[in-house]
Amino acid sequence: MFDLTGRKALVTGATGGLGGAIARALHRQGATVALSGTRQEALEALAQDLGGERVHVSPTNLADAAAVEALVPAAEAAMGGLDILVNNAGITRDNLFMRMKDDEWDAVIAVNLTAAFRLSRAAVKGMMRRRHGRIVNIGSVVGATGNPGQGNYAAAKAGLVGMTKALAAEVASRNITVNCIAPGFIASPMTDELNEKQREGILGRVPMGRLGSGDEVAAATIYLASQEAAYVTGHTLHVNGGMAMF
Amino acid sequence: MSDIAERVKKIVVEHLGVEPEKVVEGANFIDDLGADSLDTVELVMAFEEEFNVEIPDDAAETIQTVGDAVKFLEKNSA
Repeated sequence: MFDLTGRKALVTGATGGLGGAIARALHRQGATVALSGTRQEALEALAQDLGGERVHVSPTNLADAAAVEALVPAAEAAMGGLDILVNNAGITRDNLFMRMKDDEWDAVIAVNLTAAFRLSRAAVKGMMRRRHGRIVNIGSVVGATGNPGQGNYAAAKAGLVGMTKALAAEVASRNITVNCIAPGFIASPMTDELNEKQREGILGRVPMGRLGSGDEVAAATIYLASQEAAYVTGHTLHVNGGMAMF
Repeated sequence: MSDIAERVKKIVVEHLGVEPEKVVEGANFIDDLGADSLDTVELVMAFEEEFNVEIPDDAAETIQTVGDAVKFLEKNSA
């Protein structure tokens, strides 16, 4: 089950905790992976960790439109195709709504939503030709529930859900599926720095009583990327320990 | 029929799975050959590949019949 041997995958934000876990899982299932991220050294380290086989490194600044346009063709050239696109990269610029600056809004929309649009548009071309493709957009529970201080982030993540459904409807007849994963609170270097009180506050909202792991989000990604999920499209899969149920 | 017209016809037949007799100069991809809007995008992509040309979006919109495609490619392919 969930064998990805021979598949070629591009993961954005691969140096982050979540993106790294997703890239590792895709690789473990047999896929060739192209790692995109802003920090070249961290990408190289991950590539080395993966044994250097079936792995390519593509440093990209997703806020730069030209760099975004170049990423999919570069990944296709490096791997000889592209079957799986994981739009994982995301940034936050939290601020209370009334204090939020235009540039905080714009930066989050650009990286979290517009880059995913441009990469999907580019990737779908080859996927249509090959009559196969998987696009997995990493959203957030916040896109469904909202979160104070994250108007920009919530808007971008909710935007991904709508984009996912529209594109899924357009390309379903070509055996391309487009889905979204909405993680809740996932353990990361960021959550490691929370103090005990903050941690308790968060866990109090999660029926499962613990943070999720990157591997648990990666497992959902593997499923949606697999042949077994061929009939699942336009869906948002919530991986959140029950903190919000839909 | 010109060489270009033959190649266009072959692509259309293969891509849309229609009878070769139906692929005449005046045949409209959507109205006569049963293409949907996604098919027309794919046809343009296939023409680009076969003839090694780039078909800009505004030109692609004007290519609605087999004859439109042949005319465009006769003018623009090397």
